[in-house]
Amino acid sequence: MYASGKYSSRGPALIPRMKTKHRIYYITLFSVVLLGLIATGMFQFWPHSIESAADWTLDKRSVHDAPLVRLPVSSPIPERGDLSCRMHTCFDVYRCGYNPKNRIKVYIYPLQKFVDELGVPISSTGLSREYNDLLSAISDSNFYTDDVTRACLFIPSIDVLNQNSLRIRETAQALTMLPRWDKGMNHLLFNMLPGGPPDYNTALDVPRDRALLAGGGFSTWTYRQGYDVSIPVYSPLSADVELPERQPRHYFILSSQTAIHREYRAELERLKEENGEALLLLDKCSNLSQGVASARKRCYKGQVYDYPQILQESSFCVVLRGARLGQAALSDVLQAGCVPVILADSYILPFSEVLDWKRASVVIPEEKLSEMYTILKSIPHRQVEEMQRQARWFWEAYFSSMKAIGLTTLQIINDRIYPYAARTYEQWNNPPLAVKIVNSPLFLPLIPPRAPGFTAVVLTYDRVESLFRVITEISKVPSLAKLLVVWNNQNKSPPEESLWPKIGVPLKVVRTKENKLSNRFFPYDEIETEAVLAIDDDIIMLTSDELQFGYEVWREFPDRLVGYPGRLHLWDHEMGKWKYESEWTNEVSMVLTGAAFYHKYFNYLYTYKMPGDIKNWVDAHMNCEDIAMNFLVANITGKAPIKVTPRKKFKCPECTAIDGLSLDQTHMVERSECINKFASVFGTMPLKVVEHRADPVLYKDDFPEKLKSFPNIGSL
Amino acid sequence: MQARKKYVLLGLCACCWLVLFYWGGAVQLRLLRLLTRQRGEVVRPWPNWTDRAFLPRYAHLDELQTDPGTAESPRQRRQAWSAIYKDSRCRMETCFDFSRCRRRGREGFRVYIYPSEKNDHVSESYRKILTSIAESRYYTSDPREACLFVLGIDTLDRDQLSGQFVPNVDERIRGYPLWNDGRNHLIFNLYSGTWPNYTEDLGFNIGQAILAKASLNTEHFRPGFDVSIPLFSKDHPQKGGERGWLVRNTIPPRRKYLLMFKGKRYLTGIGSDTRNALHHIHNGKDIVSLTTCRHGKDWEKHKDARCDHDNLEYERFDYQELLHNSTFCLVPRGRRLGSFRFLESLQAACIPVLLSNGWELPFSDVIQWNQAVIEGDERLLLQVPSTVRAVGNERVLALRQRTQMLWEAYFSSVDKIVLTTLEIIKDRVFSHISRNKYMWNSLPGGLLVLPEYSTHLAHFPFYYLGLGVSPGQEFTAVIHAVSPLVSQSQPIMKLLQVVSKSKYCSQIIILWNSEKPPPIRSKWPPMPVPLTVFTIVFLSQTTSRFLPHVAIETEAVLSLDEDTVLLTSEVNFAFLVWRSFPERIVGYPPRSHFWDPLKRAWGYTSKWTNDYSIVLTGAAFYHRYYHYLFSHYLPQSLRTLVDRTSNCEDILMNFLVSAVTHLPPVKVAQRKQYKELPSPQGTKSVPWANPEHFNQRQECVNTFANWFGYMPLVHSQFRLDPVLFKDQVSVLRKKYKDLERA
Repeated sequence: MYASGKYSSRGPALIPRMKTKHRIYYITLFSVVLLGLIATGMFQFWPHSIESAADWTLDKRSVHDAPLVRLPVSSPIPERGDLSCRMHTCFDVYRCGYNPKNRIKVYIYPLQKFVDELGVPISSTGLSREYNDLLSAISDSNFYTDDVTRACLFIPSIDVLNQNSLRIRETAQALTMLPRWDKGMNHLLFNMLPGGPPDYNTALDVPRDRALLAGGGFSTWTYRQGYDVSIPVYSPLSADVELPERQPRHYFILSSQTAIHREYRAELERLKEENGEALLLLDKCSNLSQGVASARKRCYKGQVYDYPQILQESSFCVVLRGARLGQAALSDVLQAGCVPVILADSYILPFSEVLDWKRASVVIPEEKLSEMYTILKSIPHRQVEEMQRQARWFWEAYFSSMKAIGLTTLQIINDRIYPYAARTYEQWNNPPLAVKIVNSPLFLPLIPPRAPGFTAVVLTYDRVESLFRVITEISKVPSLAKLLVVWNNQNKSPPEESLWPKIGVPLKVVRTKENKLSNRFFPYDEIETEAVLAIDDDIIMLTSDELQFGYEVWREFPDRLVGYPGRLHLWDHEMGKWKYESEWTNEVSMVLTGAAFYHKYFNYLYTYKMPGDIKNWVDAHMNCEDIAMNFLVANITGKAPIKVTPRKKFKCPECTAIDGLSLDQTHMVERSECINKFASVFGTMPLKVVEHRADPVLYKDDFPEKLKSFPNIGSL
Repeated sequence: MQARKKYVLLGLCACCWLVLFYWGGAVQLRLLRLLTRQRGEVVRPWPNWTDRAFLPRYAHLDELQTDPGTAESPRQRRQAWSAIYKDSRCRMETCFDFSRCRRRGREGFRVYIYPSEKNDHVSESYRKILTSIAESRYYTSDPREACLFVLGIDTLDRDQLSGQFVPNVDERIRGYPLWNDGRNHLIFNLYSGTWPNYTEDLGFNIGQAILAKASLNTEHFRPGFDVSIPLFSKDHPQKGGERGWLVRNTIPPRRKYLLMFKGKRYLTGIGSDTRNALHHIHNGKDIVSLTTCRHGKDWEKHKDARCDHDNLEYERFDYQELLHNSTFCLVPRGRRLGSFRFLESLQAACIPVLLSNGWELPFSDVIQWNQAVIEGDERLLLQVPSTVRAVGNERVLALRQRTQMLWEAYFSSVDKIVLTTLEIIKDRVFSHISRNKYMWNSLPGGLLVLPEYSTHLAHFPFYYLGLGVSPGQEFTAVIHAVSPLVSQSQPIMKLLQVVSKSKYCSQIIILWNSEKPPPIRSKWPPMPVPLTVFTIVFLSQTTSRFLPHVAIETEAVLSLDEDTVLLTSEVNFAFLVWRSFPERIVGYPPRSHFWDPLKRAWGYTSKWTNDYSIVLTGAAFYHRYYHYLFSHYLPQSLRTLVDRTSNCEDILMNFLVSAVTHLPPVKVAQRKQYKELPSPQGTKSVPWANPEHFNQRQECVNTFANWFGYMPLVHSQFRLDPVLFKDQVSVLRKKYKDLERA
């Protein structure tokens, strides 16, 4: 330092030296700035480190760290819920907006601890385990948003699941303290145990303005249809007990609730007297030894039963209303796969907006308790089994955890806000079974009119002569509307227009970019009719009558493949796999698309909705496109194809064995492979085997040929 | 020196800054967290509380079993309810007297219509409603056995300005001794309130009566009690009704226009908000939304700047043409919530886009509307175009077919609307013998599914595919015997043997319809399957062959005449075919109907034709449910006709099944000989050779078509043969070789 000062006083001659001396400072300064910049940059580009660090500390947070909020005595109280509220009057849809995912955004208020001016908390329990589970599940779901300004639905972190533990007035005041409360607009409260003694209101007593209520135990008078959501009363046993499927069921009816009004108990006793062993009537255990959880035991005449395991031993389980309409026992009963017999007049069943309870339960008016046995006996046995399965499935999907309950509630609200994207009845109610449930996209029974006919799609490569013969033959069919030639040869141009046969209907040639078999099933815009005739360029032996008849049959089966040569799949017991069969068999499960009518819709399905890699696989192997099509149609409709007209030699006599693909032996082996491959991709064998084919009504009948509509059938 | 100081200072500052930066980072963070924690604006999901495992349960297990105490007896509570929950808070539990419906068990649902007084004016629509009830199977003329009462006074139009308005309804109904404050009464209404507010008020006190009303508002709708019905015009057909307009599922399913509306624009008053805004979405290309100001007497008074332009544009398009050519149709509210265009677009397979906030949709109790319509929101009109554009092709296809299904099942005639209303109420009264939502919402619709037959889906012929199950593997042969047994060579003996040899046959039932008592057991040939003989009590009841006997345990029934000639392989083949078409009749001899333009009537022919629409039930497979429908769904009048003439029961069965399925029966291969030829020495004349018999059948076809309101029979042009039928291949390969022997 000193030196530099000395040099600096020496004058201009020393300036360069002095400069070097100063350079150190400059360099130090520069490097410091640079280091600072780098550090800042690291800070910028390393956000995870901060967040994870923060998370780490936040994860260490305890519920007791929640900030305290003191409620002034004078803070406003919301109005009592308005019974006339509906989505279009009390809900602000603008907050949800239009979004391509059709999903609502849900915001959860951070946890706060509300106390009154004296410091007494508004709830005796504070946050419960169940409500915490519920909020965690929602925050983990894709409904959740942390952006309060973009939220459509708000969920307070004030736990109101159980009204017993709440101070009504203070809880209401706490609600108004929420920053976005705005008269409860778009707020959702979850409550399972509403009301309190002596008269037990069926909806939460906390005044809540326009807030939506997801409540367990609504009656028809407090439930605002299409606004509130009826939810189950969660049974804490669900988490503790596993009830794997068990058979058989010894009892017919079981009553396991401990809190039943004595009049009803008397009535149940009477039923038991009349019907004896079929009924089991359990009650609290009076003399249990200390330390045994009384909630897990039930007794009958001194005999002790395990609850809820005992529920599995009965076909029907009574769920009677208690002081409240909603009963946690319903959840236990469903879990046990026992069909609930619900006796709770005016009760709105959980999620009744979307669930079809008639398929999983029996609802009997309380008045008819005495007729319960007769009513239940009249239900067919097979239906009871079906209901048991359905009950169990309802529990698994919608009752089993707070997560299931919470997300189902949000999904229901979501369905209201985006009704055009709502889940269907089938999606809500059909259990994912092992058996194949069919929802055909062409389910309406229609027999389309004969006009405007069909479009023939001929796939060709270079067999021009044969192609022209096919075109000439097909053009004689009265209902032909248009002919589309799919030219699959990229190396050769189709013949000049003047060379083509002159026919009475429009003829279009489509040139493809690649020689792929799937080109035959592309939904070309040129196909304007719903009926498509797929035909190979070597199928010249079909008569005009046969083709027209095929079209007439297709009109009666527009959702099926209607074709000429039939094929069969067989199970090869020795090899333990599927086998393709083209011999003369008495059965049919496929028709070749070398000559077949089908709905244009299946072109869409083939091109865009074919499962797995089947489409590419077919294109790569240049084989089995017809088998794939048969699989596709059978899978989506659950129906067999229709083979029309008698069998005839299908390949033209002059085509040699080498030319005709299907004659090749290796080719046949490959087709068996295809069936096995497709069956594994579909996860099932969708093909249906039938023993019939369609012929004209008067086929081979002793009747003048010229009076028959389709005389020329089956000629060789 | 100055400069040095400066540098030193600068260096120090930099060092400090650096140190602060590295050491202070944590402090800063802590500071930040502290701040955010206080502000409560932590932007993160709900945290995983460290002590979450120690959180208390929301309720103690004992608390969940709250003892109701001994205070209030349930019976008292129910009585108290009926005192509290009246009028606008009516529910079935409190405002409906169930005991009235229980007098005759399951058959207890009877509807009584008050006789109308002479000088009463009853509108066309209300007359149709009353006719539908009077012709339904629930009608009773005896008020003592009635469960439900319907007024003779026309209450459809309660607009005081209307010509149809009936005054003094209040006084008159108070005079009815059975009125009982409206309990168990059903009141139909299409229009309520009047200009300008169009309130829901009917102008008289309905008390505890059930309201079947069009344009119901969700706020006034008493759930589970009232029934929302569609608004229909006075030209709506009594029965039958036009089919939907969808004849084919075109691909791609989009039509020329995406969305259309053509209707009035209210310049003032209720409903004008929505209608005034509709022109905003008009783009003249794929969205056509046309409004006219021209309506009422003094529209020009309220005329605004747009009116002239709009009126001109309005004339350019034809409503019918738009209906046919639009994928979606806007159905906005009018003065009232519902409008005629709802049914119009439903029929036209133009998917309705509803803009009618608070409208309780027709039959909302049972119909899943979100699978047939797009429920829009009046507040979000401007989103409608993008919403409907985003609906995928597959969904359009499904929605469109669903409109047709609902139209044909519940709305195409006044009969259907009224019956649906009654069935909904009946399902509530007998709730444990009622239809589930699946039955209401899948083909063929709730009216054709009788829950008294069964509440189990798999017991019906319609749901196999939807449930993923297949029809049973066995059938029951039901033989209708009319001639006494005199010899062992009678055709019935042969028939019994042939049928019992089928491996699919599980039992044979003989309906003994002869004056002579049935022969003793040993007279019948020995058979591998159980044989039951039922003696028909009322002789010559031709319909008795279709009685739903409980003894029929299989889903498939093979109905046979005693003189039918069949082979076991024919039976086997037909049964296998039936398993592919369980909802249809599968039989052998075909018949056909045709329209005779000269007689302007339907004709019937038994000649050999290239198509057929009937297969005779003298030898046919069908689902046993059709026995139940035949006996309980069809009116007594038609069955009486069949019994009186001892004829046409097969035609009626074909009518019934085709009306349910909208499809033709299936004819299967058979050798040409169907009936035993009359033996030369036979004394008994063969009825079907008689020309009188034939004329009767012609008449039957017309009578039946009249009752159904349309011709349900459908023609088919094919028959089903075994795959190798008459093919040139060794008979050894053929499974059904017997069929080819002449």
